[in-house]
Amino acid sequence: MNVPTDLRYSSSHEWLRLDGDIATVGISDHAQEELTDVVFVELPAAGRRVDAGDPTAVVESVKAASDIYAPVAGEVVELNPEVEADPSLVNTDPYGKGWLFKLRINNPDALLGLLDAAAYTASIS
Amino acid sequence: MPVQYTSILAEHHAVRSQAGIFDISHMGQFIVSGPGCAAWLNRLLTNNIDKLALGQGQYTLMLNERGGVIDDLIAYRSGETEFFLVVNASMIEEDFFWLASHQDPDVILRNESELWAGMAVQGPRASAIFAAACPGEPLPPRNGYATTAAAAIVCRTGYTGEDGFEFFCPAAEAIAAWDGFIAAGASPCGLGARDTLRLEMGYPLNGNDLSPERSPIEAGLGFFVDLTKPDFIGRDVLLSQKSAGPAVKLCAIQYTDKGAPPRAHYPVLATDGTLLGELASGVLSPSLMTGIAMAYLPTAFSQLGTPLQIDVRGRQFPAIVVKKPFYKAK
Repeated sequence: MNVPTDLRYSSSHEWLRLDGDIATVGISDHAQEELTDVVFVELPAAGRRVDAGDPTAVVESVKAASDIYAPVAGEVVELNPEVEADPSLVNTDPYGKGWLFKLRINNPDALLGLLDAAAYTASIS
Repeated sequence: MPVQYTSILAEHHAVRSQAGIFDISHMGQFIVSGPGCAAWLNRLLTNNIDKLALGQGQYTLMLNERGGVIDDLIAYRSGETEFFLVVNASMIEEDFFWLASHQDPDVILRNESELWAGMAVQGPRASAIFAAACPGEPLPPRNGYATTAAAAIVCRTGYTGEDGFEFFCPAAEAIAAWDGFIAAGASPCGLGARDTLRLEMGYPLNGNDLSPERSPIEAGLGFFVDLTKPDFIGRDVLLSQKSAGPAVKLCAIQYTDKGAPPRAHYPVLATDGTLLGELASGVLSPSLMTGIAMAYLPTAFSQLGTPLQIDVRGRQFPAIVVKKPFYKAK
C-alpha cells in the first residue's frame, strides 16, 4: 500500500498536499484500490466555497458512485481536466496525475485535524 | 457471490473474450413431475412447454392474475413427465408458494434449491473448458439439458449473451467442480460483471426490470408468451394489452456521449425536461464504454431514436432509445 509521507490524509481516504495556501486533493491508493476501475469523475465548479467534510467531487466506478469530501475548508481554485478526460488516472497515478481539485485555504491550522501517513496507514490496516 | 473478485471491467472482458465462471448456487431449483405436469405448467407459465422435446429448455415467465411478473425462469424438460425449473434466488419461496397453491393432484412439486450448488461458465472458451474439465461428458446444444455420469446437470444456457453452460451438482461436490473449471481456464466473476454482461444483452433482472406491476408485454418479452395457449394465469390481461397496445414499454436507452454512469432510479426526462420515468437498470457498458440503461417509458417515447435525457445528480446527459441488444456477442 502506497502512503506517501509528505501528504496529509482524511479518514474518508482523501489526501491533501499543501503548497503555500493551495491544497491539492485526491484519493488515496487504498481508496482507488477499493473502488477499482474509476470510469467517471465529477468535479466541483471553480470558485465554489466548501467546508471541511462537504461532498465536493464524485468518483464513479462501474459498481458505485462515491462522494469525495473536502478535507479542509477553502475555495475551489483549480480542477484537473486530465482526470475528467481519463478517469482511470485515479487508479494508475492516484497521488500524481490522478489529483482531483485544488483548494485555496484560509486556515492552515485546519491541517492539524488530518492524519499523517503513519496514522492513516494504521487506520486502514 | 461477491460483487467482484478482481475488477468488474476485467471480469467482464474475460467473459467476452475468454471465459468466466459465476457462482450461481443461490439460484433455486424445482422439480415438477407427474403425468399431468406439462399441462399444469402450461397454465402457470407464459411460454408453451409443449414445444420442449426431451432435453430442451426455454425462457418463460410466471405471472400473477393481473398479468404482472412474479418471476422469470428457465424450464427444461428433464424427462417425459418431469421438468427442471431454475428460478431467481430472491424468489424461491414466493415462486414455490405460488406453484404449491395452484397444485394439481397429479403433479409432484419438489423444491431442491438447498441440494444443488451451481456455477455458470460463460464465454467463447466455455465449451473447450467443459471438454477439458468434464472429459467424455456430453455438452448439450444451445438451451439444452443433459446429465453427467455423476448425475450433475449441465444446461447450455446463461445470462451473458456468450456461449456457455450452467452446471448444477450436489453442494458437497461444488468446490471440486469449481476448481476444475478454473484449472481449465475460467476466471472467477462476480455479481458486478454479471449485471454489466446481462444488461449489454438487454436481459431483464427481476426486481429491477420486471415487477408484479409490469407485464411481459410491457417488458418487451412477448416472444416468450404464447397467447395461443387456451389458458394461463394472466392471459386475459395480456390479450387486452396486446390488442390495445401497452401504455408503457421497457426501452433500451444509450448515452449519445460520455457521461456519468446511469444507474437504477435515476430520472428519465424528455428533451423539454418533462419527467417520463426512472431507470429500471443502468450501467456503464464495459464493451461500449458508454452508459446503457432500461426504463419503462410512455409508448409515445418508446420509438427507436427518441431523444431523452438522463438526470444524474441534477446534471442531464443526452441519450436515445436504441434496439436491444446493446452489444452483439461475437
